[in-house]
Amino acid sequence: MIRGAKDAGVPAAPARRFSTARDQGLLVCECCGLVCGPGAAGQSRCPRCRAPLASRKVDSLRRTWSLLIAAIILYVPANLLPVMVTSTLFDTQADTILSGVAYFWTTGSQGLAALIFTVSILVPLLKMTTLLMLALSVRRGSATGQHDRARLFHIVEVIGRWSMLDVFVVALMVGLVRFRSLATIEAGPGAAAFGAVVVLTMLAAHSFDARLIWDCEKENHD
Amino acid sequence: MIACPECDTLHRWHPLAKGEHCRCVRCGAVLYRHPRLSVEQMLAFLTTALVVFLLANAYPIVILEVQGVSTSATLPESVLILWAEGRWLVATLVAATTILFPLTDLSLMLALFLALAAGRGGSGRFTLLFRIVRRLRPWGMIEVFMLGTGVALIKLTHLARVVPGVALFAFGVLTVLIVMVVSYDLRWLWVERESAR
Repeated sequence: MIRGAKDAGVPAAPARRFSTARDQGLLVCECCGLVCGPGAAGQSRCPRCRAPLASRKVDSLRRTWSLLIAAIILYVPANLLPVMVTSTLFDTQADTILSGVAYFWTTGSQGLAALIFTVSILVPLLKMTTLLMLALSVRRGSATGQHDRARLFHIVEVIGRWSMLDVFVVALMVGLVRFRSLATIEAGPGAAAFGAVVVLTMLAAHSFDARLIWDCEKENHD
Repeated sequence: MIACPECDTLHRWHPLAKGEHCRCVRCGAVLYRHPRLSVEQMLAFLTTALVVFLLANAYPIVILEVQGVSTSATLPESVLILWAEGRWLVATLVAATTILFPLTDLSLMLALFLALAAGRGGSGRFTLLFRIVRRLRPWGMIEVFMLGTGVALIKLTHLARVVPGVALFAFGVLTVLIVMVVSYDLRWLWVERESAR
């Protein structure tokens, strides 16, 4: 175990084998972290916090797959349908996520355009491809690059929530811009689809059990 | 004994000093951290956060002015407008991630820490609240909402005169408070409970 107030760093992959809770026949409570002895094997709930006990998340891969596929399907309308409809006296303008980015770019807010492009387009794409890649590699039983894959998964888990940014922007604009005849803003159907994509990818990431990445190593070496 | 939440490797439990954390030797994930804040400090922060939360929702975020006409909206009003327009999914999503979940999280955390301070940790209700907080935690998105407010404000300056409202400052303070509250490793609650007994 590495101690330290700051990140103490990780030693370069040592050759020694690690003992996991599963090897020892122990169950770890996912909710409170309690390591339950072999006697707990027959129990279905954590003796400390009463959360359901399982060695690995139940049906992890299957749930990740289905949520991921749903997210990928919804990603199409999320990008094609307008997220925001602006009506003024003279015209009505429907903006998709990409045209919103283009608007910022052409009106001189390149920094803002880059921010929105990153969280609304890059992050969801990165998230879905990473989860796809992870789910595939675990299914193949890949035993290489665990460190990189674990790190990728970690990044995806942390940044995923920030994709919600555009949904919040739309919600605020709709609430604020209400000048009866002069200008009003409405949320488009794309906003709902996009929100659903973010929620589905977050659920997919939560269903994925990171320990599966490391389990393959063991099984292949045996 | 403690197992790494990300690779399942077993480690021996090690006492830590305030603010320290330890990482897994195999995958580098954080195993647990000793929070910088004590139970009393957390109680103070949680109470403040709840008060600021009320202010953030009761006052308008910004006031817009165009040709003498001005409009303003609070966060709950924005949600209601979305709902009235038939955007139920977006309205529910925004209400849940910026109002319902953060409020529940803060209230239940306050209840948990009050129970700890009173030495009543470990009752059936304590464990139930603990599990709810663990589940809800990833879905509270105040900090993302704060950034969204910034983006919306910049967008709106093209359209109208923008006057910042009370809630804008309240959300700024709330974001800082929530980041501090969330940095408390929930698993440490059980260590606190053991020592309280």
